[in-house]
Amino acid sequence: MSTTPARPRVGLFVTCLVDLFRPSIGFASAKLLEEAGCEVLVPPQTCCGQPAFNSGDKVTARDLALQVMDAFSGCDYIVAPSGSCTGQMVKHFPELFDEPQLAMPARAFAAKTFELVSFLTDVMGVTSVEATYEGRVTYHDSCSGLRELGIQSQPRKLLASVQGLELVEMNESDVCCGFGGTFAAKYGEISDTIVTKKTANVSDSGAPLLLAGDLGCLMNMAGKITRQGKEIAVRHVAEVLAGMCDEPPIAAPKEARRS
Amino acid sequence: MTLHPTSPDFKDNAHRALHDPELQKALGHVQHGFIYKRQSAVERLPEFENLRDAARDLKDHVLKNLDLYLETYERNVAASGGHVHFARTSAEACETIVNICKSHGAKSVTKGKSMVSEEIGLNAAIEAAGMAAVETDLGEYIIQLRGETPSHIIAPAVHLTKEQVEGDFRRVHKHLDEARDLSEPVQLLTEARGVLRQKFLDADVGITGANFLVAETGSSIIVTNEGNGDLTQSLPRVHIVIASIEKIVPTLEDASLLLRVLARSATGQDMSVYTTLSTGPRRTDDPDGPEHYHVVLVDNGRSAMLGTEFEDMLRCIRCGACMNHCPVYHAIGGHAYGWVYPGPMGAVLTPSLIGVEKGGHLPNASTFCGRCESVCPVKIPLPKLMRHWREREFERHLTPAVQRYGLKVWAFFAKNPGLYSLATRTAMKTLAWLGREKGRFASLPLAKGWTDYRDLPAPQGDTFQAQWRKRQRETRR
Repeated sequence: MSTTPARPRVGLFVTCLVDLFRPSIGFASAKLLEEAGCEVLVPPQTCCGQPAFNSGDKVTARDLALQVMDAFSGCDYIVAPSGSCTGQMVKHFPELFDEPQLAMPARAFAAKTFELVSFLTDVMGVTSVEATYEGRVTYHDSCSGLRELGIQSQPRKLLASVQGLELVEMNESDVCCGFGGTFAAKYGEISDTIVTKKTANVSDSGAPLLLAGDLGCLMNMAGKITRQGKEIAVRHVAEVLAGMCDEPPIAAPKEARRS
Repeated sequence: MTLHPTSPDFKDNAHRALHDPELQKALGHVQHGFIYKRQSAVERLPEFENLRDAARDLKDHVLKNLDLYLETYERNVAASGGHVHFARTSAEACETIVNICKSHGAKSVTKGKSMVSEEIGLNAAIEAAGMAAVETDLGEYIIQLRGETPSHIIAPAVHLTKEQVEGDFRRVHKHLDEARDLSEPVQLLTEARGVLRQKFLDADVGITGANFLVAETGSSIIVTNEGNGDLTQSLPRVHIVIASIEKIVPTLEDASLLLRVLARSATGQDMSVYTTLSTGPRRTDDPDGPEHYHVVLVDNGRSAMLGTEFEDMLRCIRCGACMNHCPVYHAIGGHAYGWVYPGPMGAVLTPSLIGVEKGGHLPNASTFCGRCESVCPVKIPLPKLMRHWREREFERHLTPAVQRYGLKVWAFFAKNPGLYSLATRTAMKTLAWLGREKGRFASLPLAKGWTDYRDLPAPQGDTFQAQWRKRQRETRR
């Protein structure tokens, strides 16, 4: 990307999990993008195809990749509040096509696709947000964002600008939470062992709020935390950065607005 | 001949492992010991990342020219007075080694640590031929006492606690005084060393693996921390090196590049304690060494990987970093994988060597967290290769029917955004209503794989896309 348009047209790829389970993350993302000076578009969308890709169904993965590329063809950028789905679009869409007539557009699409928080900091040059959150939080580095896209400092940088927020690092924040898409259901018992270690590290941090940048991981950790009866709230990092914590935390009842 | 794989029973193996308190205690050491040591070794060497690139490129170059380097190596081994034997299969490799041992009238065979000897089932073959096979690496010695296989490629007994090892020593070493303190690892080491000393002296044949085979000199290189490899290969009359074909490097300089990444990745040492080169049998002016020197080069399915999407796996230098950093390995240990090679490298290699029909669980039992690839000294794209196995399974209809069917239904909707919107809006509104009080589900039909272990968060209500469209319409008004 050589130049950034004055008011770039950003296609929000909201991800299927956010679309279905937690629209508030989508609205928080839109708010952050608009505040950063972007025009936000939401083309009709379903899924990036990662579940098919990781299940070995390359044909379906290709079909869905083409569908996404087509739906977002009019955008300057494509931004998703997920390192995992972004990783699929940035790293794996180009791998899906051997034919030059498809590989070229897949590479071009990948080049203008970004994970939300790193887009704000690295492309739009955002250095701080207008948000307030009183209390301590801890941050889990989701695997795809961390290792496929190198997202580690960006969310911490923006969280540091939130009024009243104190970030306390948990041990092994960079270790997988055990979600792994269909892995969590296919190998539930192993996944459970991994997430149990993760929630212990979250508890030990002493922070009453856990944040991460991927709803899949968040649903896994939140589901374990509530099952264990721990009093820890779980949210997507965008909700805090956008100052939109009105909805109850993930897996929490409507009336209990714990944070 | 080879170890019978229990990989098809992976889920049962994993279940047992998760409920084995001794194993879980022992696995704590993997999670912490190896990782921090590697990290600090890497931080001490600023060019480490560049070395990884160079190591990858070197191994790729070797694999592209493997025939050339194997021939050069064979020529140079012969020039130094040794013999090279090529074995296509496990059976051929075992037969070759047993015949060499028999031809020298061997009764006792000492062994340095070698994973390929595990792969071909060498100990069983030696014992079936009426000879004793004595493992001399401490970890290997321990599991031999227990009748077990290695659970880790560089730390074969990592699944055991020191209390278990003490129990085994007291059971087998009848000479031990009950009052003798064996509570510390170093005391166990001293005891094993005492017992092994005589075995080294009595051995007729010594067998070692090889970390690298150097084409330009015909040398084999082993790295150890106990020095057992040196005694294994220099004391007996006959030294047999067993190695798989991809261990070749062109020059000593190339070997030194790989040595710089090997120990750092494996144990966090700058170098292993002993790096030992052996080139042919004892020369007339050598103070010691074997009279006969043989190398058995094992293919056993590797040449079939060349030129395929799994060729990258042959770069592996067996450091174990992938399993040391794997959350799945941390949870279940190495035996659950059900064959010789555990962890991420095993998840790719096992289906290559024993078939994806038997090894299919392994590349599926990964969260694709990518930590293995991020620490691999030769940058093997392990998650990608595991995914390729999933693709082969899917193409061959080996993926479980429920999963295939679920994927098909989901794909149908995902490819039809209109229908998808209708279906998901209905489903999410219903689920949101059902879960409105608790905000989560403790159990849900069709989601037991999830809800058996954790709650499923309830959706907030209507989908984002529907709410967004509504908001856009309202803004326009």
